[in-house]
Amino acid sequence: MAPSATAPARGPWRTALADLVRDWTAVASFTVFVLVVAVCLLAPVYAHYIAHTDPFQSNISGTTVVNGKTVPLLAPTTTGLGLGVTPIGPTWDVHHYFLGADNQGRDVMARLLYGGRNSLMIGVGSALICCIVAALLGVISGYFGGVVDTVLNWFFDVIWAFPVYLLAISLSVVLLTNGLRLGPLTVGAGSLWLPVLIIAAVYVPYVARPVRGQVLALRGREFIHASIGIGGSDARILRRDVLPNVAPMVLVFLPLMAAINMLTEAALSFLSVGVQPPNASWGTIINDGLGLLYTRPVVAIAPGLMIVITAVMLNLLGDSVRSALDPKARLRGAA
Amino acid sequence: MIRFAARRFASTVLVLFAISVVTFLIFFTTPGVDPAARIAGRNADPATLAQVRHEFGLDRPLPVRYLLMMDHLLIKQDLTSYVNRGAAVIPQIEHAAPVTLSLVIGAAVIWMLLATVIGTASAATRGTLADPVMMAVGVVGVSVPTYWLGEVVNLLTQDKWHSGAFSWVPPLGYVPLTANPVQWALHLLFPWLTLAVLYAGIYARVLRGEILEALNEDYVRTARAKGLSERRVLIAHALRCSLIPIVSLFGLDFGALVGGAALLNEVVFGLPGLGLLTYNSLQNLDLPVIIASVLYAAFFIVLANAVVDIVYAAIDPRVRRA
Repeated sequence: MAPSATAPARGPWRTALADLVRDWTAVASFTVFVLVVAVCLLAPVYAHYIAHTDPFQSNISGTTVVNGKTVPLLAPTTTGLGLGVTPIGPTWDVHHYFLGADNQGRDVMARLLYGGRNSLMIGVGSALICCIVAALLGVISGYFGGVVDTVLNWFFDVIWAFPVYLLAISLSVVLLTNGLRLGPLTVGAGSLWLPVLIIAAVYVPYVARPVRGQVLALRGREFIHASIGIGGSDARILRRDVLPNVAPMVLVFLPLMAAINMLTEAALSFLSVGVQPPNASWGTIINDGLGLLYTRPVVAIAPGLMIVITAVMLNLLGDSVRSALDPKARLRGAA
Repeated sequence: MIRFAARRFASTVLVLFAISVVTFLIFFTTPGVDPAARIAGRNADPATLAQVRHEFGLDRPLPVRYLLMMDHLLIKQDLTSYVNRGAAVIPQIEHAAPVTLSLVIGAAVIWMLLATVIGTASAATRGTLADPVMMAVGVVGVSVPTYWLGEVVNLLTQDKWHSGAFSWVPPLGYVPLTANPVQWALHLLFPWLTLAVLYAGIYARVLRGEILEALNEDYVRTARAKGLSERRVLIAHALRCSLIPIVSLFGLDFGALVGGAALLNEVVFGLPGLGLLTYNSLQNLDLPVIIASVLYAAFFIVLANAVVDIVYAAIDPRVRRA
């Protein structure tokens, strides 16, 4: 964009960016997050060229090589009641079932990477949709007031009063049976868009309410009165005065919502109302690992660790973005 | 003040009504979700389906069905489950509620204590190494999926170290307080801790921020100018005012948890509470139980919201006029 007088608030954004680059927590957490994303995006490469498996195909009678010997993937259980089978544990050999197999003989490592792709896509995607929709609704509600505000606010109240997980589970249970048809929008029952949209929807009030509060506060400020006074249209005031003041707040929410949404996706998938088979996500793998918890704990532990690492990075990044964008925080730091 | 409380109460009732309608609509108007098919069982013939439809009033218009259900739930209080024929809904909720209350109250005590100590300590030690370390612990607490943590805890206490350090841990499940208080506490100890970790992290972080902000306030300067010790300033002045937003946060979280947000903990630790009841009813599309438990949950959340607002208005007169 050409530098011009219409570029709003270039100064603060640039200062914030400079702050972020100097903040080692921000840089470190961002780097680790990007690494996790990159590794997960390489899932097909790992599956095809390194592990040579299809992580979506059950392989109950398959074999693999451990220390040069061919062993079956699933061995009959010898301990406990002796019922069922125990999949092989981690071989720590990247070419042969690095993290072992699940009880369908599928490579856990490959599934972990593929699952990560879905978990990250759902977490980040739903956070984006949620923040954009919430910002729009919050700005409209706060700026125009009146009936629109009453209706929207009431709508937020109703969603807010549902326990988040119960609402998400209810929507999932219903929509998973036969997909979503809303006017021109059609989403198949097994589609990953379903958890994305459901999770985005249930968290809208969490972002929209603070945005509305901020806009309400802005409406009373002198510079908005001045804009109205010089005959600015609503569109102009929204674009020039309101949006630049709301954008930082929404930006702060983004990584935090991505973390929360990823955790919600995992919870839904763990309860088997999120990502549907044959797709995987970190939540579904934890669920797969539930039955193997006492024999092959790594199946449940590995995806959980990935969730923790990713969520910690997103939360740290969110904190850094907040302190970079909040001038008050900067003043405190300097004092 | 009374007018404010009355208005708040009216909007509460309205929100509860809206929630019951929304829940009803989610499950009754979505194509493909046929309660009659659920009740009649798999592969029921059309005649049975029609009979079931008629028997349960499912062939009546939607508003009538809604009113019938609400009548059975709230006025006659004899609503029965669709799936376990004849099982009344309200006793099921009465049975599950104490389990959830036990879990949530115990966890709340633990997390509030932990959060107050960690939050205050890290605000007091800002600038030293202890602060970021404590906050890092807080961030991890926020980022851990609680059911996963519960599984890891189960793995350690029920399997790996069960023959050693954790031999005193009872098997998963619930023992009522009235039956055996010691066993009640032992069964709930790890569920409490697991649930508390998450909230302690959030609350400690919020509290630290509030205290740091309060330390910049004039009244803290006044307190210091009076010659009070730094400890007294921190605990009696800064912490005290910083606890107000925490208490409001607590009201909301507590309401949500009592209403069934502790679902995942209940699933992992095998506690037959409300979350588990709601979850099972959702899986079976057992509509009467779903409506009853969602309303119960929403009631607590809305109640907590209203109490928080009214307490706020009592403290801060400006809110009343808003």
